Amino acid sequence: MDVQTLTYIIVGFTFALYIGIAIWARAGSTQEFYVAGGGVHPVMNGMATAADWMSAASFISLAGIVSFTGSDGSVYLLGWTGGYVLLALCMVPYLRKFGKFTVPDFIGDRYYSNAARTVAVFCAIFICFTYIAGQMRGVGVVFSRFLEVEIETGVVIGMAVVFFYAVLGGMKGITYTQVAQYCVLIFAFMVPAIFISVMMTGQAIPQLGFGSEMVDGSGYLLDKLDGLTKELGFGAYTEGRKSTLDVFCITGALMVGTAGLPHVIVRFFTVPKVKDSRISAGWALVFIGIMYTTIPALASFARVNMIETINGPEMTGTEYAKAPSWIKNWERTGLIEFNDKNGDGKMFYSGDERNEMKIDRDIIVLANPEIADLPAWVIALVAAGGLAAALSTSAGLLLVISTSVSHDLLKKNWAPDISDKQELGYARIAAAVGIVIAGYFGINPPGFVAAVVAFAFGLAASSLFPAIIMGIFHKKMNKEGAIAGMVLGLGFTAAYIIYFKFVNPAANSADNWFMGISPEGIGTIGMIVNFVTAFAVAKVTSETPQEIQDMVESIRFPKGAGEAHDH
Amino acid sequence: MSFESKEQADKYWKENLRVMFKLLAIWFVVSYGCGILFIEELNAITFMGFKLGFWFAQQGAMYVFIALIFVYVKKMNDLDKKYNVEE
Repeated sequence: MDVQTLTYIIVGFTFALYIGIAIWARAGSTQEFYVAGGGVHPVMNGMATAADWMSAASFISLAGIVSFTGSDGSVYLLGWTGGYVLLALCMVPYLRKFGKFTVPDFIGDRYYSNAARTVAVFCAIFICFTYIAGQMRGVGVVFSRFLEVEIETGVVIGMAVVFFYAVLGGMKGITYTQVAQYCVLIFAFMVPAIFISVMMTGQAIPQLGFGSEMVDGSGYLLDKLDGLTKELGFGAYTEGRKSTLDVFCITGALMVGTAGLPHVIVRFFTVPKVKDSRISAGWALVFIGIMYTTIPALASFARVNMIETINGPEMTGTEYAKAPSWIKNWERTGLIEFNDKNGDGKMFYSGDERNEMKIDRDIIVLANPEIADLPAWVIALVAAGGLAAALSTSAGLLLVISTSVSHDLLKKNWAPDISDKQELGYARIAAAVGIVIAGYFGINPPGFVAAVVAFAFGLAASSLFPAIIMGIFHKKMNKEGAIAGMVLGLGFTAAYIIYFKFVNPAANSADNWFMGISPEGIGTIGMIVNFVTAFAVAKVTSETPQEIQDMVESIRFPKGAGEAHDH
Repeated sequence: MSFESKEQADKYWKENLRVMFKLLAIWFVVSYGCGILFIEELNAITFMGFKLGFWFAQQGAMYVFIALIFVYVKKMNDLDKKYNVEE
């Protein structure tokens, strides 16, 4: 059977599974729609959180980023896992005890202010739309590459599937499909990684494989890679090139941003008890860690493979006419370009003026099974895995968008009199509208999708995270302080990123950055601005009301936590 | 109030914070310390075929993160029992 038929079968099977789960897990009340009735098992929730978190970018692009940047790519690995420690230790148990549905709920109630709630809603919606555009695009790209349909058709199919289970099932449907999607995506990611690890190092565990010696007797894999990358003018793979302060700030912004992302936080409202929310964060990180510790291994295998395939064993270049079929396959998609500058008919890949190749980082995961000559069903599996990653994250984001509109804006602000049934109806309408907007951005992607990712994390780090942390750990923090902190932290971060990414991208280099901190890392400074402003303003304004201080006391221990509830 | 007294509540919270800060200190050391600030010094040491600093940044820190959360869960569950505030 050829690759395409196999891909149709495997992808078709997984889609049928997701839709089947959606029909089985329909939501009947807002409580089921928002937090799955609060009865999800902690291990299940951990798995769902992992799928929620690991997006098309994690699945398709991250191994490529690490592969092309080596040691500098560590910021993403550290940042996107370390945030879970903050979530587990500083946020999740307390927010679960608080027992409401959304992040703006907590901020609005804790700071006894609808203005604070509105700022939080704005942040949540902005962060989610930023993210979701990229996911829908990812769905389209996977469809077009593996099934050879138009990107537009791919996006529409993706929209239809997400529509079905997110609108019908809400959080309940999403949770159980995410569990299935986690299984699909982790299997799809691990199988090629294990194959390649065995082929290159004889070690079945990729995490150990990339520290092992090569089977062809050319020494330790990483030593060889360091040698190759140095010789080709990229700089040694295991040595960093970014400034330490910048690396520090980027890691910080990613960690803190992760802990402030509303679609991740809200997942922990679905477990029955405070105790469950703590352990659930641990399970989430275990499931994420399986993939995130494999990513750097895969990255280094793929880099060696790629250099050797293109430059040949003698490092003099391979004749283009004899190039392996994957190079030509992926050339058609524009992910690889060969420009024979010196006219010798041979391809050469390097980090200096000898370079003749343009290689997109996404190729590392997408073409990996072909580069390593793996069986056709593995290639089909990668397609299903990429789709699972994109769909699971889109659904989680859509849920936050729809609850923000129906719960935080309508029920809590503009139309407090609507019944539960009406609220549920509005939530479904908001989810449907959200899908259409996301699909539009998927089909007509704004050119700045990659740039706005920095935005999403910067915003979460400089606005939501400090507000939540101070809300839990500092009883005396009042609404004036919190709002001033959010507005200034957010304003500073947004201004910095907008200036360097959109207004004056030509100036976007280390010489012009504030203390050498890149826009990706500025969220860390924004967070500090938020904290400092909040404390200063709180000092000179009125004290927090006693009943709020009592409420803060009451979220600090588990006893008496009920299900997540409406007032 | 679920605690026997205000003092008990304060003591519980203090112990909770102590556990949290201890674990966060380890979190900081393995990620920002070993993986970023002292990566070059550690890279001089070889560990299982890896340069040690590089290993921390791309493997080790993540394993420690997972362990930290499970230790936290164990300690907090014990603390809740001690003060009789578990669910």
